[in-house]
Amino acid sequence: MKKILFVVLLFASTFSHAALNIFTCEPEWAALAKELAADKINIYSATTALQDPHHIEARPSLIARARGADLVVCTGAQLEVAWLPLVLRTSGNSKIQPGNSGYFEAALYVTMLGIPARLDRADGDFHASGNSHIQTDARNFLPIADALSKRLIQLDPANTAFYHNRLQSFTQAWQAALLRWEKQAAPLKGTPIIVHHNGFPYLNNWLELKQITTLEPKPGMEPSAAHLAQVLAQLQRTPVRMVLRAAYHNPKSSQWIAERANITAVMLPYTVGGTSSATDLFTLFDDTIQRLLAGLK
Amino acid sequence: MFKYAPFIMALFAPLSAHAASDEDLRNLGEQIKQLQDHQQQRILQLEQQLQQNVAAPPQNVRPASSEAAFNPAISLILGGTYGNLKQDPATPATGFAMSANPGHEQGFNLGESELVIEANIDPQFRGTGRFAIDPAGGLSAEEVHVQTSALGEGLTLKMGRFLSGLGYLNEKHAHTWDFVDQPLVYAALWDNQLSEDGVQIKWLAPATMFIEIGGEIGRGRSFPGTDRVKNGSGAGVLFAHMGDDIGFEHNWRAGISLHQTRRVNAISDAVPDLLNTTGGVSNSFTGDSRTAGLDFIWKYAPNGNVRQTHFTFLGEYFRRKESGLLTYDTATATATPTPNTTDSYAVTQSGWYVQSIYKFMRRWRAGLRYDRLDSGTAQVGASNATNVVSDYHYSPTRKTLMLDYSPSEFSRLRLQLAQDNSRQGLPDRQLFVQYIMSIGAHGAHQY
Repeated sequence: MKKILFVVLLFASTFSHAALNIFTCEPEWAALAKELAADKINIYSATTALQDPHHIEARPSLIARARGADLVVCTGAQLEVAWLPLVLRTSGNSKIQPGNSGYFEAALYVTMLGIPARLDRADGDFHASGNSHIQTDARNFLPIADALSKRLIQLDPANTAFYHNRLQSFTQAWQAALLRWEKQAAPLKGTPIIVHHNGFPYLNNWLELKQITTLEPKPGMEPSAAHLAQVLAQLQRTPVRMVLRAAYHNPKSSQWIAERANITAVMLPYTVGGTSSATDLFTLFDDTIQRLLAGLK
Repeated sequence: MFKYAPFIMALFAPLSAHAASDEDLRNLGEQIKQLQDHQQQRILQLEQQLQQNVAAPPQNVRPASSEAAFNPAISLILGGTYGNLKQDPATPATGFAMSANPGHEQGFNLGESELVIEANIDPQFRGTGRFAIDPAGGLSAEEVHVQTSALGEGLTLKMGRFLSGLGYLNEKHAHTWDFVDQPLVYAALWDNQLSEDGVQIKWLAPATMFIEIGGEIGRGRSFPGTDRVKNGSGAGVLFAHMGDDIGFEHNWRAGISLHQTRRVNAISDAVPDLLNTTGGVSNSFTGDSRTAGLDFIWKYAPNGNVRQTHFTFLGEYFRRKESGLLTYDTATATATPTPNTTDSYAVTQSGWYVQSIYKFMRRWRAGLRYDRLDSGTAQVGASNATNVVSDYHYSPTRKTLMLDYSPSEFSRLRLQLAQDNSRQGLPDRQLFVQYIMSIGAHGAHQY
């Protein structure tokens, strides 16, 4: 019996050394890791684009996957505060604990927006370190890719040259894509919009959309009928062109307001997998901009 | 005259020095101007960089240093319940007078209020203190333990006072319960929750499926243990859990648990006897208690998005075998007919429950639970055969309905109705209204 256990453990350990095991909290980081490391890593994404990353359960499969991970890649900025700390603590894996090289927080490498001036839960559910939906500004992926590539090299120095080349070609392709997207999105500049959840400040900042208000009365609180009526009244004074929501948001509220205010309800993929065409990071932004442009018409 | 020269020069020296510093000042002014120019250029560069937002330097926010910088996460759970019962909650479930009976509180009461303090101690350990606020005032230590965070290899060691990892509900803190109360089987066999002073070790297997094995030893301080205060351990627990996802929408966990303890002079009061003694008698039991349990939970959410709709099914079964010596009527010294009679006693008791929680829309959940207990048939030694009840011929049951509303992550209001038939001939309709809220740091919830 002991011998069998030993053999199983031996296999398990040699298996895990074949390639880095990466546990990503959100699909965008899984897609970025794939761009930077291709087949040198095994990727497991804890969430899909149809799940609200604030509200994930620390379910058994996540704990099991974290147990075998060499690197955890998450947004940070308290986006995953309701589940990730518990997953990490119960994983029994010392490599991926915060502060160790197996723990990577993307939000550390970008300029945060929406850092609250006062912290009071009477203002709703928000994060002290700023708005955590950093993946909606395509420019943020450059510094994060750079930092993530360095981390991959640190964990897997044998493939330094490979990671280096992948980063270079990703950076070049991404810079070219940025120019293309910004050119395509030029008609969107200054467009007044409203959003379901305050999850788009980075997108607004990048494409210079003008957000008038949100459907949620306070961050994380479901739009109430009374608040929607207020928003509708506000839209009569300050007309907007469209109402944005992420793929995982309930479409009811934005459809309700779109019908009455005669604006377009635009569902954005928000992350990789949010729509059938957003299959990787490049198509994610292709699709996002196409949908926004379609919303103008 | 000349001999004064050094003196006069010395007198004028400060003047000449002043003359020289004027020049220095001019130089300094130029230097400052250069510096300003340089800074302006730098600011321009930074602004450009910011505009491009390419390779923006990582933020370097330095909080002001203070003693408070290392303050642990503190949260206060505020809970309160109103209970409306028809029967006296002190009456235990029929056939379980020798088991625990945590009962319910009637009227307004400060239910599950507790103070939680936790933080990493150092890179190796994490500490947790959880104190229940007694309605009468004062705090009682519910959980006070340290836990390793860097053992690696899937191992976690916990030391101190903790809630045992057996079953599914046992480890859940009261403020995360889906109903106001615990299932009957937890109430009767574990006095709501098995808590232990001791050591727990857990090992998570290196597999893509969740497979966890754990063991605990401790002094056996909470029921059914009898608080061993000598060398060695008074109780032991072994458990294994496994679980996984099925696609993105379904996930499950199943477990098996074993508990064993030695009960020494465990006194039970108000136990009915065959002589129908008014108010029952006090019995004392010394012997072994072994319990086995099975638990299963299955959760489903469309698209895996638990925020919108969520369905949970949970069931657990426990079976306890106790065998040893029972002393009948310990309180009476000389009364008739046979006080203080000791003879063998063995019984197997069991219980189970199933429950479903359905989050039918954001913020609203409804729940349904069915409880059942089996008091078993005791094998009573010959000398006690005419005193001690061996079979109650009754299966306690309860049906519970729950509706709760959570305005936010941090607040919940609940209404619960129960049809309690756990006591023979004393059917009870119970109504509870409860609030559970939390302030301060809000830790992650267990699966």
